[in-house]
Amino acid sequence: MPDQVGLELIAGQLASKIPGAVRQTTFFRGRGSVEIEPATVRGVLASLRADHGYRALMSVHGVDYYPQEPRLGVHYELLDMERVDRLTVKLRVALAEPRVESVTPDWPTADHQEREIYDMFGVQFDGHPDLRRILMPEDYEGHPQRRDFPIGGEPVLFTHNDATGPGWTR
Amino acid sequence: MSTRSRYRAQEESITLSPLEEQIAAQRGGETTELLTLNIGPHHPATHGVLRLLVTLEGEIVRELKPIVGYVHTGIEKTAEQKAYWKVIPVIERMDYLSYYFNAMAFCGAVETLLECEVPKRAQYLRVIHLELNRIMSHLVWLGTSALDLGAISMFWYCFRERETILDLFEFSSGQRMHTRYFQVGGVMEDIPAGFEAKLREFIAIMPGRADQYADLLRRNEILLQRLRGVCPLDEETLLGLGVTGPLLRAAGNPWDLRKAAPYTSYEDFEFKIPVGTVGDNYDRFAVRLAEIYESVKIIEQALDGLPEGPHITEDRKIALPPRHELATSMEALIHHFKLVTEGFRVPPGEIYYPIESPRGELGCFIRSDGSSKPARVHMRDPSFVNLQATAPMVRGAYIADLIATLAMLDPILGGIDR
Amino acid sequence: MALTREPIEPGSLRARQMLARDMLRGDLEGFELEQHVEQSLLLTTLDKAVAWGRSNSIYPATFGLACCAIEMMSVVAARVDIARFGWEAFRASPRQADLLILSGRVSIKMAPVVRRIYDQMLEPKWAIAMGACSSSMGVFNNYAIVPADKFMPIDVHVPGCPPRPEALMHGILKLRKMIQDDPDMGWRERYDAEGTEEVLEGAEPAGA
Repeated sequence: MPDQVGLELIAGQLASKIPGAVRQTTFFRGRGSVEIEPATVRGVLASLRADHGYRALMSVHGVDYYPQEPRLGVHYELLDMERVDRLTVKLRVALAEPRVESVTPDWPTADHQEREIYDMFGVQFDGHPDLRRILMPEDYEGHPQRRDFPIGGEPVLFTHNDATGPGWTR
Repeated sequence: MSTRSRYRAQEESITLSPLEEQIAAQRGGETTELLTLNIGPHHPATHGVLRLLVTLEGEIVRELKPIVGYVHTGIEKTAEQKAYWKVIPVIERMDYLSYYFNAMAFCGAVETLLECEVPKRAQYLRVIHLELNRIMSHLVWLGTSALDLGAISMFWYCFRERETILDLFEFSSGQRMHTRYFQVGGVMEDIPAGFEAKLREFIAIMPGRADQYADLLRRNEILLQRLRGVCPLDEETLLGLGVTGPLLRAAGNPWDLRKAAPYTSYEDFEFKIPVGTVGDNYDRFAVRLAEIYESVKIIEQALDGLPEGPHITEDRKIALPPRHELATSMEALIHHFKLVTEGFRVPPGEIYYPIESPRGELGCFIRSDGSSKPARVHMRDPSFVNLQATAPMVRGAYIADLIATLAMLDPILGGIDR
Repeated sequence: MALTREPIEPGSLRARQMLARDMLRGDLEGFELEQHVEQSLLLTTLDKAVAWGRSNSIYPATFGLACCAIEMMSVVAARVDIARFGWEAFRASPRQADLLILSGRVSIKMAPVVRRIYDQMLEPKWAIAMGACSSSMGVFNNYAIVPADKFMPIDVHVPGCPPRPEALMHGILKLRKMIQDDPDMGWRERYDAEGTEEVLEGAEPAGA
């Protein structure tokens, strides 16, 4: 993990290479993370790969920050295998305009993972070769892992509501 | 139904002619007809409910599209509804062959957020159970893969050893699978008397049994013909696809989180990382078989060096106090009450905690908002990412090789679909 | 208190009780006696033999969904051996299988697939819901899972998460006993298939 100073250096170089990219840096529990502008994600990841050696993208996952705005977040976990360094790149988009450029052309591992974020949160990835639902049925409506999506489920059947249960047993 | 859903219309608009034209161009104009076949989700050879759309030219696979989601359980969303302690049984059922690893990733992430120290004895006990689980997962893989390839007896031999391991799990935690043994801050209970003796018996016989499996399979003519040189994939492509674990090690890259970024006292143990050379199916098979021996070594070292001490953190705000304290100490009672009803609160923050599971890097991402329930739990499951490597591997191979490759890939659909 | 007389419907429990009383008294004879004996004895010896054979050579369908599938594999393995009862021939094709052991959680994407597989099986067929997730919602009570009772008739529910192989074996033995005693188990009623019987000329349709 880059230490605090290393993190600031990386952020500084990113900011100078891609102006306006870096919003803030966080160093928490020994791990560094950089929050960037959503529009710059491909450039930032490319720069981190080329200039700083983070050549493996381990995970792309989504977060819902409800009720804070902007609500939907996408996190990229980068790994430098040579120096065993990890860095998180975070970005946040609002629900009204949930478009992020897909990094799948540069990082093939993001294919299924971006589809999962689309399925579960509704973030549209522009430039993704095949953006459709991966875990839910293809014609499902709604994005389940948003915080305001109801958990669903069946009422637990006890003796008192057995007969009026949802038609499970006769 | 006269109205077609958008999905059906899209499905009908898929045309294979670009692919056919591509193949024709490669062949100098000779056209061929492609057949798209649906394998699964109910199929004896897919490991779990995996659906594959295979485009075949004769018997050669030209294109492969995996369709998953048939065992999607909403585990991550369920975890948001429960206190941290109660998430552990839910999150264990994700990758259902390596349940200790799921719990380890989650507990490790929560402990990092809490900045909680795990006692040394608990760390060693965790290592013992993790490595036992790794052996068990590899045994099930070996049994079912050999079953796919036709070596049916292997299934019964491997499950014989698996029963011994499950007996050990039942001895230490009371439950065979999904034991809820790992808790935040340590392990649920100390190992009972007699566990160490039984475990030593097991590790005395396991290398011999693994030798027997190796003798049965390693030089078997049929296995060699089905696995040697079949569906290799080079390291660069694998790294681009985010593949880790035995698949990457079979291609020659010795990346193992137990050595690279040790957690839970893995740095105290001496063990080797088996690495393959070519990256074909045979190497994947050999790497997993060799990992069984290494895991036995780790368990033996952990057992020899097992330190005395508490089995869970002494911080009463995180771990339940022992029952005998409840009768005498008011604070213990209050802590017990708070922990059972509400659970401990975790300071706000986000953390990603990766460990090495039998299939690759298993990472747990937790976002905490300061309350007693996690605000987001995401498991980076290795099988989910490794599945993307199936298509590059099998393009150009026979459909029988596809079955063998799926077996060697070791996908666990519970982890893929979560 | 007014005395009321209600007619007894033939075939109801009260009518059968009175017929049984008459038979015990020796008051039934001739055609009535034969009819009564036919109606009250559930199985002839031949039926019993067929039921015994069926119960001891069930072909389960390979239908492992999730964690319970691993414990189902343990039932096939050597310690808790399902082959003792003749059930080891797991068939891949539902057309050749009698029994669907639903082992694991049924997600909403999978439920239509399960139903289609169950429909493809030939009668007589049985289903065991193994584990808590398929019987009820199990550990997960959320948007993504369906309990199996909602879309297909289940004969035996085996609780557990996952049920021990011995528990599954207990459920299997219960099902075997049920098949031996009464292979139909009113499956037409369970399956809502009244009116699908084929009635040969001159014969009477089977009683409800």
